[in-house]
Amino acid sequence: MENEKAILPEVQQIADAINAAVKNAGVTVSINPSPAEQHSLLLFPTKARECAQWLKAESPWQLDYLSNVSGNDWPEDAITKQTPKQPVKDAGEEPMHPCLEAVYHLYSIRQSLGPIIIRMRTENRSDKVELPSLTPIWRSAELQEREIFDLYGIHFEGHPDLRRLLMWDEFEDHPMRRDYVEPDDYDYEPTPHGDVLKKSLTQQEGTV
Amino acid sequence: MTPSPGRPTEAMPQFEMHATGVEGATEGTERMEVSMGPHHPSTHGVFRMDVELEGETITKLKPVFGYLHRNHEKIAESTSYLGSMPYTDRLDYFNSMTNNWAYALSVEKLAGIEVPERAEYIRVITAELTRLQNHVSLIGFLVQDMGALGTPLMYAFRERERILDLFESLSGARMMCNYMRFGGCRCDVSADWIKQAQSVVEAFPQFLDEFEALISENEVLMARSQHVGILKPELAIDAGVAGPVLRATGVNYDLRKVDGYGIYDRFQFRVPLGDHGDVYDRYMIRVLEMRESVKILQQALAEIPNGDYVNPKAKLRGFRPPPGEAYGRIEAPKGELGFYLISDGSPKPYRYRVRPPSLINLTILEDMCLGQTIADAVIILGSIDIVLGEVDR
Amino acid sequence: MIGKGILKGMVETARNLTGSFHDPDRLTTVEYPEQKIPAKENARNFPFLIYDGDDWETGLRCVSCQICEKECPPQCIYIEKDKEKKPDFLGKMQMQPKIFDIDVSVCMGCQICVEVCPFESIRMDNDFEYAGSDRFKSLLLTKDQLAKSNKYYHSIHPTEAQETDEIRVQKREDHLAKEKAKAEKLAKAKKEAASKAALSKAETAKEE
Ligand code: SF4
Ligand code: SF4
Repeated sequence: MENEKAILPEVQQIADAINAAVKNAGVTVSINPSPAEQHSLLLFPTKARECAQWLKAESPWQLDYLSNVSGNDWPEDAITKQTPKQPVKDAGEEPMHPCLEAVYHLYSIRQSLGPIIIRMRTENRSDKVELPSLTPIWRSAELQEREIFDLYGIHFEGHPDLRRLLMWDEFEDHPMRRDYVEPDDYDYEPTPHGDVLKKSLTQQEGTV
Repeated sequence: MTPSPGRPTEAMPQFEMHATGVEGATEGTERMEVSMGPHHPSTHGVFRMDVELEGETITKLKPVFGYLHRNHEKIAESTSYLGSMPYTDRLDYFNSMTNNWAYALSVEKLAGIEVPERAEYIRVITAELTRLQNHVSLIGFLVQDMGALGTPLMYAFRERERILDLFESLSGARMMCNYMRFGGCRCDVSADWIKQAQSVVEAFPQFLDEFEALISENEVLMARSQHVGILKPELAIDAGVAGPVLRATGVNYDLRKVDGYGIYDRFQFRVPLGDHGDVYDRYMIRVLEMRESVKILQQALAEIPNGDYVNPKAKLRGFRPPPGEAYGRIEAPKGELGFYLISDGSPKPYRYRVRPPSLINLTILEDMCLGQTIADAVIILGSIDIVLGEVDR
Repeated sequence: MIGKGILKGMVETARNLTGSFHDPDRLTTVEYPEQKIPAKENARNFPFLIYDGDDWETGLRCVSCQICEKECPPQCIYIEKDKEKKPDFLGKMQMQPKIFDIDVSVCMGCQICVEVCPFESIRMDNDFEYAGSDRFKSLLLTKDQLAKSNKYYHSIHPTEAQETDEIRVQKREDHLAKEKAKAEKLAKAKKEAASKAALSKAETAKEE
């Protein structure tokens, strides 16, 4: 259980170590206020690959095992809500901007420690959605980054095979985004009550 | 070469040509693309492999999935924390108990809920029973993929049925248990149930002996599975492979030991490791793991203390974890099952992510299949142990 | 010797084959529609509504608080409140449901409605043999189809029904005790007020 939580000073240590090892890395710590206390490292996308390589190969933590890659979506309204609503507050002065985010949970099998969490954020949610792919460093990210590309629309540069994973290839839009509107182009299976019934009724009327 | 007596050479000209290299036969073999699935008995669900073949040898293999995709994660964002619990049953529908546990564990981390001791014991017992029934049916399916139709699978299912009966009398459902709650379990186990469980567990090693006598030394099984689909430990770690597939390559990484989540540090058990990383090792690992699970179960069933089965302070309705995020993971029968949750302080999760072991273990499917024959691809896939409900979510 | 393993397996199969003739433990299947394995006590399938007494309409325990409707994950319960109120088992005036539908083609039998219901009025049935040709007529269970007697509940889940009854008895006792305490308090207050009044009367009388 002791190695379960990365305690804050440790995370700060890791951030400092990366900043010392990688030039202009600019890694900051992102604080997690929940009882889980899993704080994370916020990487600059342009330097992320270097930092990740260092973490895996040269750092004293030897983070050889990438367990989970997750996408997050932070639209404007999720961030501007009052503080208790905002999950991850930045320790740095810079407030969070509307962005898409990729979160990586790293472990070390050799030293059995973790999770060390790194996160990267895109510049915005519309046209600058590129992040460097970490698949060349951890193969584990291959399918998971494809999934994020599919469901969130983050474009991972340097990914060997960036295609849709779960949705079909012709599908447009990214369903996991919080402002996703589902298309209205399929037949609803009517339910006895509620919105879907109304929808299906209007649909039937429309076709008559 | 004279054809062997009784062999109808006329009926199988192709075979004879290739085998003997008769004049006129094309040199080499033709490249062929085959789409295996999505409805194919060997793919364990609705799953497709786009395979490129050189003769019978695989030169390229791309898994294609998403046929069962229902965006479980999005659905979870619009239901309460409790409301997602029954949906987790449907991820890996063989192992609803461990899915429940992984989710409950993550929420408990997120909200800082303590779990009473008795509940921890119940969780260990149900999780290990789940592991038994998953592994036993998996090896049944695996030998079925190799051509042992029927018998071993039916023996395996007979045994699985006993465990499912236990689940039914405990939680009300055989497969969709929906049994765990944040801070404990939904209902208590009775003394009677523990007795039943004990008798099932006591009988299990005997069944394993029987099953091993039936199949483990079978020459056909060995010929089909040894040195097939070899996975190197370095690649396995790099590709995030988890669970029995990882340990079959010789990497000692079992979350029950490493994280010691729940109360696994109290039990005496060993982590079986393979050393070739081939299909046979993956088969054997599961048999050995079942033997270890039986040991854990014997200890847990004997030691289970009295007390609360759920934290009385844990709320069922109107549950709002404080803002923040948490990642919790457990050693599910198929590998590392994790849940990553972000709370914004509302009754619904802001972000709910499942780390599906079945999906991530598929990363190395192509690497294992390259250079093998198409028939081997079937058993390599079988030995990874995927469930499409979890791959596609 | 090659073939030894196969032989060993054959012996095992033969043992099981012969065993199935005299050992009931090895004969694990039943001919389903003719024979049935008795249901496990806890087995659950779809929910039903309990009523007390003999008349389902008056005895229905549900007070249409709509908690189950709100908590049901796939949203398959539909409730409309009645305007009139009827007394419940505690004598309190409570609402009745005018419409109570469960769409069992959507219901997944998760039992969450049972757990959240504060009035012990919805419980799980173990009847699994539903079939129908019409999506709404036969798979949309209405109030009258859902209502089943407490006796029936006792016949399918005896232990649980016993516990439920005990809870209700306890609730009733608590309620009565509370009423009694309230009444006593009221009486005492009345008495005090009366004596006070008398006192003040006496005082005013004295003053006069
Ligand atoms: S069944 Fe229970 S929870 Fe549902 S409306 Fe009736 S009293 Fe309320
Ligand atoms: S059992 Fe589950 S799905 Fe069915 S009505 Fe109750 S809460 Fe809804």
